[in-house]
Amino acid sequence: MSATDGPGAAPGAHTALGLPLERLEAADKVTGRAPYAYEHPLPDPLYLHPVTSTVARGRITAVDTSAADATPGVRLVLTHTGAERLADTGDREFAVLQSDRVSFYGQFVAAVVADTPETAREAAALVRVEYEAEPHDVVLTADHPRLYPPGDEDDPADHEQGDPDAELARAPVVVDRTYRTPMEHNNPMEPHTTVALWTGDGPGPGSGDGDLTLYDSTQGAHPVRETVAGVLGLDPARVRVVSPHVGGGFGSKGSAHAHDILAAMAARALPGRPVKFALTRQQMFSLVGHRTPTIQRVRLAAESDGRIRALVHDSVEHTSTVKEFAEGSAATSRMMYAALHRRTTQRLADLDVPIPFWMRAPGEAPGIYALESAMDELAQACGIDPVELRLRNEPSVDPRTGEPWSDRRLVECLREGAERFGWADRDPAPGTRREGRWRVGTGVAAAVYPHLYNPGSVAEIHYDGDRYTVDIGAADIGTGSRTALTQIAAQGLGLPVERVRLRLGDTDLPAATVAGGSSGTVSWGAAVLAAAAAFRDRHGTDPGPGARARAAAPEDAVAQGRAVASFGAHFVEARVDADTGEVRVPRMLGVFSVGRVVNPRTARSQLVGGMVMGLSMALHERSVLDPRTGHVVNADLAEYHVPVHADVGDVRAHWLEGEDPAAGPLGARGVGEIGIVGAAAAVANAVHHATGVRVRELPITLDRFVG
Amino acid sequence: MDATITLHVDGEEHRLTVDTRTGLLDALRDRLGETSPKKGCDHGQCGACTVLVEGRRILSCLALAVSHDGARVTTAAGLAPRGDLHPVARAFVDRDALQCGYCTPGQVCSAVGVLDEAARGWPSLVTDESGDDPGEGAPVPLDREEIRERMSGNLCRCGAYTHIVDAVESVGSAGAGGEAAR
Ligand code: FES
Ligand code: FES
Repeated sequence: MSATDGPGAAPGAHTALGLPLERLEAADKVTGRAPYAYEHPLPDPLYLHPVTSTVARGRITAVDTSAADATPGVRLVLTHTGAERLADTGDREFAVLQSDRVSFYGQFVAAVVADTPETAREAAALVRVEYEAEPHDVVLTADHPRLYPPGDEDDPADHEQGDPDAELARAPVVVDRTYRTPMEHNNPMEPHTTVALWTGDGPGPGSGDGDLTLYDSTQGAHPVRETVAGVLGLDPARVRVVSPHVGGGFGSKGSAHAHDILAAMAARALPGRPVKFALTRQQMFSLVGHRTPTIQRVRLAAESDGRIRALVHDSVEHTSTVKEFAEGSAATSRMMYAALHRRTTQRLADLDVPIPFWMRAPGEAPGIYALESAMDELAQACGIDPVELRLRNEPSVDPRTGEPWSDRRLVECLREGAERFGWADRDPAPGTRREGRWRVGTGVAAAVYPHLYNPGSVAEIHYDGDRYTVDIGAADIGTGSRTALTQIAAQGLGLPVERVRLRLGDTDLPAATVAGGSSGTVSWGAAVLAAAAAFRDRHGTDPGPGARARAAAPEDAVAQGRAVASFGAHFVEARVDADTGEVRVPRMLGVFSVGRVVNPRTARSQLVGGMVMGLSMALHERSVLDPRTGHVVNADLAEYHVPVHADVGDVRAHWLEGEDPAAGPLGARGVGEIGIVGAAAAVANAVHHATGVRVRELPITLDRFVG
Repeated sequence: MDATITLHVDGEEHRLTVDTRTGLLDALRDRLGETSPKKGCDHGQCGACTVLVEGRRILSCLALAVSHDGARVTTAAGLAPRGDLHPVARAFVDRDALQCGYCTPGQVCSAVGVLDEAARGWPSLVTDESGDDPGEGAPVPLDREEIRERMSGNLCRCGAYTHIVDAVESVGSAGAGGEAAR
């Protein structure tokens, strides 16, 4: 790239986009000095420990707090009878301690605030809660009587084109398989945390002025402010959310959850003292979202040369009785392959389970696992190489709308991946290669992620005579957005990156949208570029100290009439122990098309991290709901398995150079989620190639291969 | 019940009175305001709380503060003087061996411990001890498999594993191992 061809670049500008800049906060993170939500130095803190429900459905009949109240050091015991009435609980997730109703196991039913964490925990254990339990149901089945179609006229649950049933009846090759994925939990390493401080006037709601500060572990400070202010009936201007560093989220920190409200309620009752509330790892399995289990039936009707005539994808998922969340697993099947006849459907059963929410690539991750597994089965049924099968079914336009693609490069991803991986001389026969104890196989799967752009972010640039400070309330949850946005600002201002300082993660900064849907850097970057252009317009290239400009991201940044999405291809080598069934994955390779890459260092980490989470989905993760109690029995990191160092072999991510002008002013699409999409299918397909055993239920555990 | 203890943290001496139930991790975080050791699970399952006590890595969430009266604790913040980075920490920055950074101080402390353990000749599960006995205490070469095995108590949900192994390998092969922890 020449020095001036980047978006918004001033003539003679320095080129900051595409530089492999080190993460700006890396030194603070490797030493541990970067403060996360729990760690801001605040005088005289109190500690909150909640009491959570031990039934999955029912009513609280009695709460005895006498022993807790009598414990020295206890400052407050909150129950549903004593807690303040909240201003707006239209979103029932936030109706914290508002009634005697219990809707899932692990729901907040009381809380203790004390001088020390030990006292809070001890006193919380002394609170006696009695319930009238009601029969609950937490078990999702394909024909559950409570299944219903979510959505409305604008966003229907079902889509149909052509006559898929007729094609299924007449096509020479039909694959009809059902795939299952389990309940999964995000488990970011930093537990969800809120430290709440009420300052100003006296305790209790409606007592006059006061300000609430939340040090929060969130993917969106401004969205949390809006939510908390609404629920508590506060002017948003009186609520500040501070979140400079966030220890991962993968979606679960994409909105406020009940703990934000509980911490704020406690702080309002105890003005002047910060109330620290970090969820325990165990509590995170009930209170901050999860990925629903899915039961997905995929039917592919094809000619014997592999050309797909009809594609039908039916997805069944759960949601909670508290509020609806629809994972949308079948959605991307509408645009992956050319098939004249197609139908996708979605059904939800509202069960007595915790509230599901975003988990990395919600919808795409489980949905593409199912579709790309079925594609592998189709390749086998037709006797066609699985890469070739995908090439044969490449759609020339978006099958949903007939619109042209802006930058669909799946074919190149597949071809380049095959080349780099050494796919060409693959023996197609499953279950035939052996190296010592190991049965060896390779697999491929495609990846897709839609392009999301969120308007509404604002950036402000200030020059102090030496450095340019760029302010935007964005979040860096480990994505590297602090670094990438600094580069984008430098590009827009035509400056070397050293001249730019970027501040984020605080509602005192201009408003920004959530870090979600891989939209962050693209959406915030558009605001930063707009602010840089406004700054240069107003102040030229030689501004005086104090020069300042502010601008919002454009409302419409994505080209109309074009289909914009990211694509990728995963190649995996799997080994399965012939005696024990142990599965190892020594090699994963992905090639992605994500438009412009702003920072290759941090983008690579994101893509590789997504692939590792896909490996995890394939082999490790499963939350086990006990049907008798309705609670997740493996609610910790010893029993809920995620990969450790020893599980992760050689993982490589590559991308196609380029940019996508239709995607917005940066020409970039997100990189946070596409790495996980398709990875689990590639692992499952490689395992099948190794063993001849097709596992259609994740995770792939060793018991599938023995006996 | 309370007890008064002394902790030397990153070279600084602290006298403090703690509840006898207080874990070393909570003493460091809640009582002394140390931000470097992180709490990821509080159950010895994630490694985020790893610190060095007398040069050896431990999970501080599993240790009681009162049983470490007088201990010298090194966190990732104290591995090098303020403003400098320890070679292991530097390698993490160089290789982008971190994303959210929450597991990172624990990974860094653990890596420093691993380099020292290997330099002292302590075998791991994957150490090949079948060949000629190199003698008691001969250093174990840290290849990637050794590093992965020895670092497996430190989870990284961001999936920075391959870069972490790159970082540890680069320091191990530069021979910075033995002294690093001492
Ligand atoms: S916090 Fe100590 S091992 Fe997780
Ligand atoms: S860097 Fe986020 S958990 Fe390791």
